[in-house]
Amino acid sequence: MRGTDSSSVVLIATPEDVVRARQAGRMAAAALGLGLADQTRLATAISEIARNALHYGGGGRCEISACQEEGHHRITVQVTDHGPGIPEIERAMSPGFSTGNSLGMGLPGAAKLVDSLAIESRPGLTQVTLAMRRKAR
Amino acid sequence: MRIPILRLGDILLTSIQSDITDDQALTLQVDILKQLGDSRALGVLLDITALDVVDSYMTRILSETARMARLMGGEVVITGMSPMVALSLIEMGRDLHDVLTALDVEQGVEKLKRRLDATGDEDDDRPRCERGSANARD
Repeated sequence: MRGTDSSSVVLIATPEDVVRARQAGRMAAAALGLGLADQTRLATAISEIARNALHYGGGGRCEISACQEEGHHRITVQVTDHGPGIPEIERAMSPGFSTGNSLGMGLPGAAKLVDSLAIESRPGLTQVTLAMRRKAR
Repeated sequence: MRIPILRLGDILLTSIQSDITDDQALTLQVDILKQLGDSRALGVLLDITALDVVDSYMTRILSETARMARLMGGEVVITGMSPMVALSLIEMGRDLHDVLTALDVEQGVEKLKRRLDATGDEDDDRPRCERGSANARD
């Protein structure tokens, strides 16, 4: 069995929306029966990338999808913005990186909390996709 | 919504009751430092029991607030960090460097009072704990 069982979208235009996005991620993880630790990991990772979309991308969109695949739950979160893009992705993924103002990108930390984190970025479109896969209980 | 800060003797007490935005966190930082200056309280207890997400931004606000308060001559203790938040922070490779923490408000108040007592002795040549350990070796 495969396919998207549920998905939700949070538009990110204000700091409140960053809170909404991370709480939506926590709820999606809880709905799948993931434990508190995974709920917190996912919510924290979403918080980092949703904030980036707001600060660097001028706002964006966070889509959270949950699906079942061969005895596993999979949550995929895709955050999209139409800002200037991340100029040096490799450096953005290294700890301690900051783009000039004192805000770090938070990407290396987010990557450690989930199973995968992929970034596609060019001027006008940045997409960060993170995923968490857990055995269905 | 502004987060209220209460005064209890020499200590300011404040508690984050729900997930807050970056802006609210920054406002709380400013409010804490302002009240610390205005009230001449010696310490601040910041309870984060209800905070279920602490990301890089919140970590920075918390540790900066503690360092700023210390520069002013005060001391901050952060209480009630949930086990899941602690787990996420360490997994992300983050920490609250040099920040006093305690399991709950009660232990936080005690820790703060002990720390404030110890700081009060700085005028002496040696802090109290050093004297104690020197005696123990005699």
